[in-house]
Amino acid sequence: MTGAEMIIRALLDQGVDVVFGYPGGAVLPIYDAIFGQNKLRHILVRHEQGAVHAAEGYARSTGKVGVVLVTSGPGATNAVTGLTDALMDSVPIVCITGQVATHLIGNDAFQEADTTGITRPCTKHNYLIKRADDVARVVHEAFYVSRSGRPGPVVIDMPKDIQMAKGKYVGPEKVVHRTYQPRVKGDSAAIERAVKLIADAKKPIFYAGGGVINSGPAASKRLIELARLTGVPVTNTLMGLGGFPGSDPQFIGMLGMHGTYEANLAMHDCDVMVCVGARFDDRITGRLDAFSPKSKKIHIDIDPSSINKNVSVDVPIVGDVGSVLEDMIAIWKRDGLSADKNALKAWWKKIDEWRGRDCLRYEQTDSTIKPQYAIERLYAMTKDRETFITTEVGQHQMWAAQFYKFESPNHWMTSGGLGTMGYGMPAAIGVQLAHPDALVVDIAGEASILMCIQELSTAVQYSLPIKIFILNNEYMGMVRQWQELLHGGRYSESYSAALPDFVKLAEAFHAKGLRASRPEDVDGLIEEMLNTDGPVVADIMVDPTENCFPMIPSGSAHNEMILGAADVNRREVSDAGKALV
Amino acid sequence: MPQPEKRARRHTIAVLVDNEAGVLARVIGLFSGRGYNIESLTVAETDPSNYRSRITIVTSGTPMVIEQIKAQLGRLVPVHKVRDLTTEGALVERELALIKVAGKGEPRVESLRIADIFRARVVDSTNDSFVFELTGSSEKLNAFVELMKPLGLVDVSRTGIVAISRGADAL
Repeated sequence: MTGAEMIIRALLDQGVDVVFGYPGGAVLPIYDAIFGQNKLRHILVRHEQGAVHAAEGYARSTGKVGVVLVTSGPGATNAVTGLTDALMDSVPIVCITGQVATHLIGNDAFQEADTTGITRPCTKHNYLIKRADDVARVVHEAFYVSRSGRPGPVVIDMPKDIQMAKGKYVGPEKVVHRTYQPRVKGDSAAIERAVKLIADAKKPIFYAGGGVINSGPAASKRLIELARLTGVPVTNTLMGLGGFPGSDPQFIGMLGMHGTYEANLAMHDCDVMVCVGARFDDRITGRLDAFSPKSKKIHIDIDPSSINKNVSVDVPIVGDVGSVLEDMIAIWKRDGLSADKNALKAWWKKIDEWRGRDCLRYEQTDSTIKPQYAIERLYAMTKDRETFITTEVGQHQMWAAQFYKFESPNHWMTSGGLGTMGYGMPAAIGVQLAHPDALVVDIAGEASILMCIQELSTAVQYSLPIKIFILNNEYMGMVRQWQELLHGGRYSESYSAALPDFVKLAEAFHAKGLRASRPEDVDGLIEEMLNTDGPVVADIMVDPTENCFPMIPSGSAHNEMILGAADVNRREVSDAGKALV
Repeated sequence: MPQPEKRARRHTIAVLVDNEAGVLARVIGLFSGRGYNIESLTVAETDPSNYRSRITIVTSGTPMVIEQIKAQLGRLVPVHKVRDLTTEGALVERELALIKVAGKGEPRVESLRIADIFRARVVDSTNDSFVFELTGSSEKLNAFVELMKPLGLVDVSRTGIVAISRGADAL
């Protein structure tokens, strides 16, 4: 077999059914091999960044590895944003990049780039294949590395002469990685200590992140079971939404910078914190030296480098979240443990008091659509069917996280760590391909959507009925919000001037365009959007001045939240806080 | 919350890696990308039959930072083992230097006398130069270099520190 044929064979042997890519000179032999078969489906994107985000959407919604195929040079460099995004959010991706022929490497050949050099810091691992006999092994290894442990992107750089050279194929069962064997099972002594701490806690909290999603649906079921057994309140990170049911009474909302009042205060006041597959990110902790000062902290993570990175913890447990939760449940049942009922009752009373502040409250007027209202209506009208939500990055993303309730894992795709504007539409394409009969909505902003708008063409080509729900406030809303709160209302370059007419834009792409400008039009728009077979761009003109609250201003602690516009003036942000992103 | 130790200390870390293309770049990139400092780094293949190389890194940081460095190194796919030799028992550290001194007459004789005191070997000699080979602790090497400065020091090449644990156990 040629190198190119072995690539296709190896992908098929890995169970791949779809590849997102864009052809070019240095991958023509692989495209030729794709042409000669019909088992592997190729989705032609319009920009390589879109290919990676689409693969991310596919991966996050299925738990499988997403696959990307791009050419050398600009093909590879365009993929870098997507790869970095996948690294930050632990998404399993295998990205095959074409490369100039081996004898040309280092000669500044046409469309040559040092792809392994450029992608080294933004991948979990990468390979440059130099012998045709290595092709199959490297592909199988790449899939193993990508999905094992903490998942992440892996790049395989494949020179054109290797694609054309003959080599020997080996199947996946013959490939065992020599060094990479991440730990799955948690240390049993540490797990015993953790369970004891939970049983003795007066004010416990589960803080669950994307690790619950990455571990698989079983982890989510175990989290629910442990929460039921213990009666402990649960909060999710942005990446963890859906890992615990959003409408569950034990769920106290998302935590962090735009998390709920009750979640953040419970984090601040708790006496035992169980971090389940999350990483104490700065968007979560706020000011580190004031972060949950009175709690004992238990941290379950498959990646040892996440533990004690930002916050020192008392009981570190390295292992797969699902496996560790299973062990915890077993110990709890074995010892017939029960929580301190009176203490928990008092704790829940306190939490309900905080809930009573109704921190997500907003006022819908007769004249302008509030963005929160648009999402609430979208939720109300789509919650009874299988719906996947993707987002871009900014205010709309936070409102989506606050107002859309996710009942199960893998239904929420957002760019958390890197915060990549332009993520949502290509991600929606990937989700829709994996779930052809489900509803897929990209909740977007008018600025973000323009960053990967070209992928609308992809959606149309493959008749993917994704719905793009633009909350159009004519501003880079989050930038405008920070300028209002931190920079004296000097709105430097954050106004979305010269916006396209999104309805006409949709039509130019052969998609359907809709617009709503008044609150009473929102339901009708959503109904029409849902009743349209193909892709839809819905342009919802929302209040341009609305800010996203609650908010922990940068450099502040969890108990120093801004609850709403009336609360803003009480808060001075320090210069040190302003220096934070 | 346990109060972490804030003082930065010097640590010698041994890393066993697969000897594959780019592995050194991964290690160095990790240090520069995450803002850790490298005081010294040495690398060579130590087990050719298994394609293994050993990297010795001298770095400094608080215990929290050193723990991060170890975890981050351990996370690299081609890394087999990471050991903090400084905290895991006693260790032997050595460095080798080649030191070129040029001159004639009394300074030349003096350099040879000092080399003898330091147990440095002459590995190259011309009518107006010596190359000394000196092995020992970094401090010893520093001291020797200082003494050679007024005697015609022209060039220094040092390996950086290599280290191994004392006792019978392997890494």
